[in-house]
Amino acid sequence: MSLASIDPRSRNTRVNRTVERIRQDFPILSRQVHGKRLAYLDTAASAQKPEQVIEAMNRFQREDYANIHRGVYALSQAATDRFEAARARVARFLNAASADEIVFTRNTTEAINLVAHSWGRKNLKAGDEIVLTELEHHANIVPWQLIRAETGAEIKVVRIHDDGSLDLDHARSLIGPRTKLVAFAHVSNALGTVLPVREVVRLARAVDAAVLIDGSQAVQHMAVDVQALDPDFYVFTGHKLYGPTGIGVLYGKSARLAAMPPYQGGGDMIERVTFERTTFKPAPHRFEAGTPAITEAIGLAAAIDYVEQVGFDWIGPHEDELLADATRRLLAIDGLTLWGTSAQKASVLSFTLEGAHAHDVATILDQQGVAVRAGHHCAHPLMDRLGVVATSRASIGLYNDPVDVEQLVDGVTAVKRILKL
Amino acid sequence: MTDVSDLRDLYQEIVLDHGKHPRNLRKPAEANRIGHGYNAMCGDKIDVYLTIGGDGRISDAAFQGQGCAISTASASIMTETLKGRTEAEAKSLYESVHALCTEEGAVLPDALDDDTADRLMVLAGVRQYPMRVKCATLAWHTMQAAIDGQASEVST
Ligand SMILES: Cc1ncc(COP(=O)(O)O)c(C=O)c1O
Repeated sequence: MSLASIDPRSRNTRVNRTVERIRQDFPILSRQVHGKRLAYLDTAASAQKPEQVIEAMNRFQREDYANIHRGVYALSQAATDRFEAARARVARFLNAASADEIVFTRNTTEAINLVAHSWGRKNLKAGDEIVLTELEHHANIVPWQLIRAETGAEIKVVRIHDDGSLDLDHARSLIGPRTKLVAFAHVSNALGTVLPVREVVRLARAVDAAVLIDGSQAVQHMAVDVQALDPDFYVFTGHKLYGPTGIGVLYGKSARLAAMPPYQGGGDMIERVTFERTTFKPAPHRFEAGTPAITEAIGLAAAIDYVEQVGFDWIGPHEDELLADATRRLLAIDGLTLWGTSAQKASVLSFTLEGAHAHDVATILDQQGVAVRAGHHCAHPLMDRLGVVATSRASIGLYNDPVDVEQLVDGVTAVKRILKL
Repeated sequence: MTDVSDLRDLYQEIVLDHGKHPRNLRKPAEANRIGHGYNAMCGDKIDVYLTIGGDGRISDAAFQGQGCAISTASASIMTETLKGRTEAEAKSLYESVHALCTEEGAVLPDALDDDTADRLMVLAGVRQYPMRVKCATLAWHTMQAAIDGQASEVST
């Protein structure tokens, strides 16, 4: 019996929420790497997939697959219904007011580019200001630079404190009458900082600026309610939420989406095409040109079912406990510096080891079966701000357990031994 | 333990030594061939400085930059290896090192003296770590670019 079935009738079966049980849902966790038990500590880069997601996608392709919004035959209608049900599932997950506020994209990157090109091109002009933070992933920097080049809008960057928390005073001084958009990560991928969303949204609202929140590192760790947080746009990516690659989500308030021009043109997003003139469907379909990632949308819905069945009331404390334990034990290692020590933190342990480059650390950890990310975490400006070239990053997901932490700590000790530090 | 012995192939004493105490880590004022290298995956940067004398031989080779143990050791070993060689010899060494780092069973040219060959052989340790090959070859790519860049300027 699987823990989280995609059958809605079994949604209340919250039996036995233990990490031992949960690990059995993830086939990959039982494999070995270099002859060692796999300690997968790179969920922030991409999460592993539970059987329930793999199976939902498999079954759909075997039994129910067809293109959507096109055929009049039964299979196509059923596939369309499944796809639209996935959209409704995402809407419930984010507590959006309507499924029409959910646009499927390829990933977070495409969702932000969509907003930048559609909303940004239409609404930004020379002298307008886009406010970002020093913590942003390149996905929430580069699209705005492209739009800056087209529109003449300016980019302002809110500083962080040394512990990785946002400098709210600086945010207050930057967000002003020229601010048209405030775009920021809900949780930092490189440091794990949870940003003070409500405060920043309030500052943006006070000057009538739009708000985009990059939830790529948040939705897998905490319940997100877009009506309570009140951004105009909230984006995330399926593969970090235990779902497949190739599917992402743009939530946009109805009024915002309705006023936005198409991003890409093609099939599925039109009402009527002549060579003189084309009329477009309303949102969300206006923003979904061409055949979408149908199977992946269904996989994402299964991932959301899974995560909610485990429940954030369990995931939160479980991950926090591992994070606190790992933090304490890593800090006890001589020569190790932890980057990002804000009180509000999720999942991420970014560290450097004196005398060792992050890549050497990651190679040696890999040989002990420990998978961590090493590098700049797609956040060059943040690395520059911290004054480091690269860090090693261990990140925690719902399937990690104390043995993973043990293996990480032992692995770092082995790094010191092998590099003679 | 297999892991540790594998890793000892990669992180041999000589690699650790060159990594921690790189030779020729400086920027010579008289360098006349300069190359800039960048590894986009990890953000490592390296500048290679060659001084080529009137006899067409490399009289000095040095580098500056920040990198992992493998890339720093490789750069350090490279600078020690290049001195006294012609541009053509340096480029052929690049080919040999590249093969050494990527091809199973690759051997160094017989013409190399034992000392140089021993030093270069330690770089073969990356073969088992495909993700790290670029670390080992970055300095050599940069050296090649330094020579080529200058050559194309001369030819135009
Ligand atoms: C905070 C943040 N934003 C954006 C992204 C980009 O996600 P994707 O590559 O799936 O578009 C990531 C992950 O890489 C991330 O961590």
